[in-house]
Parts: sequence; C-alpha cells; structure tokens
Amino acid sequence: MSHMIKIEEKLYQNRYIVDESRPHIHIKDAAVCKDSCSSQPCTFCCPAACYSKNEEGGVTLATDGCLECGTCRVICQDKGNVAWDYPRGGYGISYKFG
Amino acid sequence: MVEKFDAIVIGAGPSGNAATYTLAKAGLNVLQLERGEYPGAKNVQGGIMYAAELERIIPDFREDCPTERHIIEQRIWLLGDDSYIGTNYRSDAFNTDKPNRYTIIRANIDKWWGEKIREAGALQICETTVTELIRNESGRVIGVRTDRVGGEIHADVVIMADGVNALLAKRGGLQKEVAPENVALAVKEIMFIDPAMIEQRFGLKDEEGVVIEIMGKVTKGMVGTAFLYTNKESLTIGIGCLISDFKSGDCTPYKMLEDLKKHPVIAPLIEGAEMKEYAAHMIPEGGYKAVPQLFGDGWMVVGDAAHFNNAAHREGSNLAMASGRMAAETVIEMKKAGKAMSAANLATYKAKLDDSFIMKDLKKYRNLPGIMHENKQFFGAYPDLLNAAAHNLFTVDSVDKKTKENEIMKSFVKKRSPFGLVGDAFKLMRAFR
Repeated sequence: MSHMIKIEEKLYQNRYIVDESRPHIHIKDAAVCKDSCSSQPCTFCCPAACYSKNEEGGVTLATDGCLECGTCRVICQDKGNVAWDYPRGGYGISYKFG
Repeated sequence: MVEKFDAIVIGAGPSGNAATYTLAKAGLNVLQLERGEYPGAKNVQGGIMYAAELERIIPDFREDCPTERHIIEQRIWLLGDDSYIGTNYRSDAFNTDKPNRYTIIRANIDKWWGEKIREAGALQICETTVTELIRNESGRVIGVRTDRVGGEIHADVVIMADGVNALLAKRGGLQKEVAPENVALAVKEIMFIDPAMIEQRFGLKDEEGVVIEIMGKVTKGMVGTAFLYTNKESLTIGIGCLISDFKSGDCTPYKMLEDLKKHPVIAPLIEGAEMKEYAAHMIPEGGYKAVPQLFGDGWMVVGDAAHFNNAAHREGSNLAMASGRMAAETVIEMKKAGKAMSAANLATYKAKLDDSFIMKDLKKYRNLPGIMHENKQFFGAYPDLLNAAAHNLFTVDSVDKKTKENEIMKSFVKKRSPFGLVGDAFKLMRAFR
C-alpha cells in the first residue's frame, strides 16, 4: 500500500486539533458498505484516505486525518450511509496557510 | 435572556468577511461566528485574489493586506505525457500601483480581515460551530444554535457564509445535497523555497508573480484542471476533478497530485521546494443551473454556500466577496427603511445579484458544466492531439510540410471523426457564448 505511506507523509505536515474519541463523521450502518456497495468509492475518493477496505469486506473509517472537505458525504448520497458533521468548534484540521 | 443582534454571519471566509465588514461599517450590531481556531483555519483557496471587489469594500486594503505577489504573467498550459503546449500573457503594464490580481495565502488574508472586522465594531467569535438555524412558529429564521453551552443567539437576519458544504441550509431544508457532477474536489500543497529560486525560475523580480493554469493528461481523462502559483516564498500546486469522475475513476486525488508534481515540465519548477501543508476542498462547479434558493424569511446565503463560482474563468473569491457585500447592503437598506427582513424584502439581494457580474457571468456559461461533464475529450484527447501536432511540426526531419499537415489532420480525424470534430467545435461555442 505505497499510496498509504505517501498520504500519511502529507497529513503529517498538517496541524490538527483532535477531539479525542469524538469523531465528527460516522458510517451509519456497516452492513450497507459490506453488502450493498460494491465499489466503495469512499476508499479511493477521500483525499486523506480516512476510509479503508477492511478484512470483512466492509469499510473502516478513521477521521483523525480528515480535511473536512465533504467529498465522502457527496459520493455516498445515493446510499446515504455517511453521517457527516463538522467537528466541535475549534477542533479538527487547522490550516496554517489554507 | 437570549442575546440578539441585527445580523449574524456564519463563516469567516471571503463572503462572510465581506458581509460582516460591510454591516459593521454601516453601524449595525453584527455577530460573526467561525468554527475554526482562527479566521482562515478552515478555508482553502488556490489562491488568486482579484483586487477590485476587495478594493470596493476596503479601498485602502493595499496598505497592510498581506498579499503575496501581484500577477504579471498568466500561463495556460495543455499537458501531454511529457510536454505542454499553451499560451502565456505577460505584461509590464501589470506592474502598477494598484495591481488587479495577487497570489495570496488564504489564512493570512482572513486573519488580517478579522482584525479589520473587529476594528469596525463587529463581534467575531471563533471556535464556535453553528449547529442549526432557529425558526419561529411561522418558519421565519430568527437565530442560530451553536455548540457552546447556552449557545442560542437571535438576530433579525442570518447570513449563511458557511462554504461549499452549506450544511446549515441543507439541514434547514433550504438546499438539496449537491450532485457529484456539480462539485469538484481539489487537493493542493504549499511548498516553501528560497524566493531567489522562484524569481530565477519564473523570470521575476521584486513582488512579481506568475500563475499557471493547467489542463490535460494529468487529470487522467477526468474533467478537471490543475494549477501552479508563485507566492513570495512558496509555490502552491494543486489539481481538482469533478467528484463524479473521481467516483468512477480509479485514481486517488493524492496520486493525481503526485503525478502532476513528477510531470517533466512541472518537476523542474518545484524542485527543492519543501512541502509544508496538504489541503483539500470542494469547489462548486454546477454553475447557473445549480444555484439554490438564495433568500427567505430572515435568511440569505452567500459565496460558495450559494454555489457562486465561475469555473470557466477560475473565479470564486470575488463572487464570494461581492455576494457578501450585496447581502449586507440589502440588510442595511431594509434597516434604514425600517422594513422587516422578510423574503419579499430580501428579494432585493437577488435583484442585486441578477444585475451584477455574478449572475450575468454564471448565466453566460450556464451550458458549460453540462457540456464539459459529457465531453471528456476536451480534457484528455485534445490536449494530447495538440501536443502531438506541435511535436510533429517542430521536429525538423526532412519530411515535407504538406505530409506533416496531413499526418496531423489524420490524427484528429482518427481520434474524433470529421463529424466529431465539427460537433466538438459547436459544443465549445455553445459552452462559452
């Protein structure tokens, strides 16, 4: 997974204020990703690679590197399986330059 | 007792800042709420700032606004696999006291603007996420709820400048979710480098700058564009494509950016520069037909949240600033006349937009998004054909010119067919007229 290494190097440069154990995005129903989404586009569209295919054939979400762009919500609107919110005020990505 | 303002502005980007500043300067009691750590912390822009709209709002902005370089040269490049063909326009006449375009670093501008806003008398509160609009029993928006304790605040009018995701309008049932073919995802990096190297590589002095807009093979046949801009001590490089294309394609956004950085005509320009931030942002690309309802009882929507972006001309922040100003001016007019912030009265905002370059330009290019989305040859096949044609023409190898012309013509016909070529010409005309 060479692209995973690269994206982590990129995200490492960013400033995040992580809201421990309060992720702002959730997968509503893991079974939908596993059973009724063959392409799982979130796993290759998310610019921070927050979504990855797991061993069970479903999708695992880790929001720590999230750039809050909204792409996952837009691509999943046909399934409606992403509960997308902003982090609490002051948390999340904090762009130094933007 | 719930606190009440004349107006609440949500978001500290170009549209929200323009609205807040304009309202505060007119003496209104205005609250601006921003979810970031500081103004700009959540904002992403390429970025080129067009001076005219900022100048209209802050006439002497050049005195202390932290712009990067004023642009003296615009390049448009169509990339092949290992080449580019394109146009450059450079003029010393752009070296004036009042340049028209600057490269900027978004966060620097928004911090600067935040100070201006506070000086003008507005209350700007950061680290506060607005969670929903508050409505009264007749459905009129009367305020917002935030994620702070006791975070209910009232106002005569709420201006939503919360950016491309426009969550508040969506949650409030005022907007539908944006379609994947109407929004692009762009990723970019800022890379720091000795300014002397920038000046040497791009032939610049002082605070002169170059911007390069890029199309072609680098978007892997998807509908998208890329860019490389010169800042004072850094370069920004980015690439973006329609989300519908990312969804059906198999190239990740960051792989696309890496490939762009490695392209033989790009790599020498960024060599030795050190990456300091990686950003991603959605860009509204649906144009005129994707513009949502813009006002209602007690609310208006501005900037990216209103889908104001001119994709054909890479303009967004000026539409954002102008729409923010127009929303504010509407509020000021109603306030002076003692009128309610009802939908009927706030329709003045829409009339101002219609009468301005915002809606006029969006309307002019109303067919462009659909045509580009349906005709990916403009992003893949044509840049390739043009590069190959140039390569053929500029290779002097004792083949006679007539034969070369025929070869080039054949390559176009083979790729697009005679009917296809005529059709493409017609489509381009329809898209841009």
